[in-house]
Amino acid sequence: MSAVVKFENVVAVAGSFPVLTGVDVSVQEGEIVLLQGKNGAGKTSFLRACAGLIRINDGSAQVFGFDMRVDRQAPRRYIGLLGHENNLYQDLWAIEHVEFRAVAGGGQKSDAVEALARVGLASRLWSVPISALSAGQRRKVAIASLIANRPRLWLLDEPHAALDAVSRADLNIILKEAVASGATVIFASHEGVLSEELSSRVLTLRGGQVVEDSGAH
Amino acid sequence: MLTEVLLLARKDLRIERRAKVALGQVAPLTLLIVVVFAFALDANAPLLEIGAGGLYWVAVLYGGTLLTQRAFELETEGGNFDDFRMSPIKAHSLFLGKSLGLFIQICVLELVLTPAILLLYEVQVADWWLLTAAGVAGAVAFSVCGVLWGVMAAGLRVRSTLLPLLLIPVLAPILLAGSRAFESALGIRVDAGWSWTSLMFVIAAVHTVVGLAAFGFLLEEN
Repeated sequence: MSAVVKFENVVAVAGSFPVLTGVDVSVQEGEIVLLQGKNGAGKTSFLRACAGLIRINDGSAQVFGFDMRVDRQAPRRYIGLLGHENNLYQDLWAIEHVEFRAVAGGGQKSDAVEALARVGLASRLWSVPISALSAGQRRKVAIASLIANRPRLWLLDEPHAALDAVSRADLNIILKEAVASGATVIFASHEGVLSEELSSRVLTLRGGQVVEDSGAH
Repeated sequence: MLTEVLLLARKDLRIERRAKVALGQVAPLTLLIVVVFAFALDANAPLLEIGAGGLYWVAVLYGGTLLTQRAFELETEGGNFDDFRMSPIKAHSLFLGKSLGLFIQICVLELVLTPAILLLYEVQVADWWLLTAAGVAGAVAFSVCGVLWGVMAAGLRVRSTLLPLLLIPVLAPILLAGSRAFESALGIRVDAGWSWTSLMFVIAAVHTVVGLAAFGFLLEEN
């Protein structure tokens, strides 16, 4: 297995505040990595650094072999990011949004139908403006957008948020299926048992550093 | 690239069709500006006629600035800016796609405003070709400038107030050229209307070149 993410002593500063203060971690293809830690520990910043959305100020950072200090954009075509917010166009219908994301990501419109069906969003809701959907339904649309893009690296920030118990369990199955087909998942969560069951490895962050790694040898 | 440009423009226009911000809010507001000027200057009808071109472009400037803000609100609200940056669509296409969407909305705004000034300010069109060319040139220049400066402000918390501050001085030459070209087209002054129209196309071309070169960098740095 090859390293999808390889960070060595990575330091990242947002404004004047250091959000990552020397992260050393390597994530292999096919892993499901849970990021744990208190609020402000650096989980979201770590995910954003993997996505190339924040600048690496020091250390060595590679994602899919691309040097993130040289070209932060190159690996993005392989990455799907689900943030705290759902990143949805509120006035589009659910199907239109997922179709847009699918086509923008190089896929087909038909991928959207498959993705929305996979997350279990009732088909009568596909032609409803996203602004009219419940929080959980919006989360499903956001997850469907990721599925339609078939990313090789899934970066998820509190992916279970707003989902009901059945949908949470279903999301875990979706992520396991993605990994079975060759993807890698890194997700931050406070969900406890549900997340630990899903993950193959747990990283604990504190003060912008990985302080505990269940996969460390 | 054309597919990506059209995909993005179509998405923006579809959202506008649903939200009806351009036609339902911005166009009535700019119409109101034209009407208010008509009331304010009614005592001096010749002045209204002389100022018709300038007042038209002031209304376009105001409405266009609102539309530019709206075009980037779509990408920044609800965390969409991350997806905009993460999108595999090339920066060139993002720039041109946003510009095309904004261009069409500004054209719609102009189509609403033109009959309004003709009726309210009682002016006659002397040269329809010049009027049309100036309207298109102004809309192109406005849209590429708007998108270029819009992305600069997009990542900032104070974007809603900062964007007009940045944009209006940049748009001032378009306001000037558009006003002069319209005055010629309306027969108010015998002037180099086509030269002013050409100037707007030159402004558009310069901003397009700068936008194509810088949009990706500006998107990343926000």
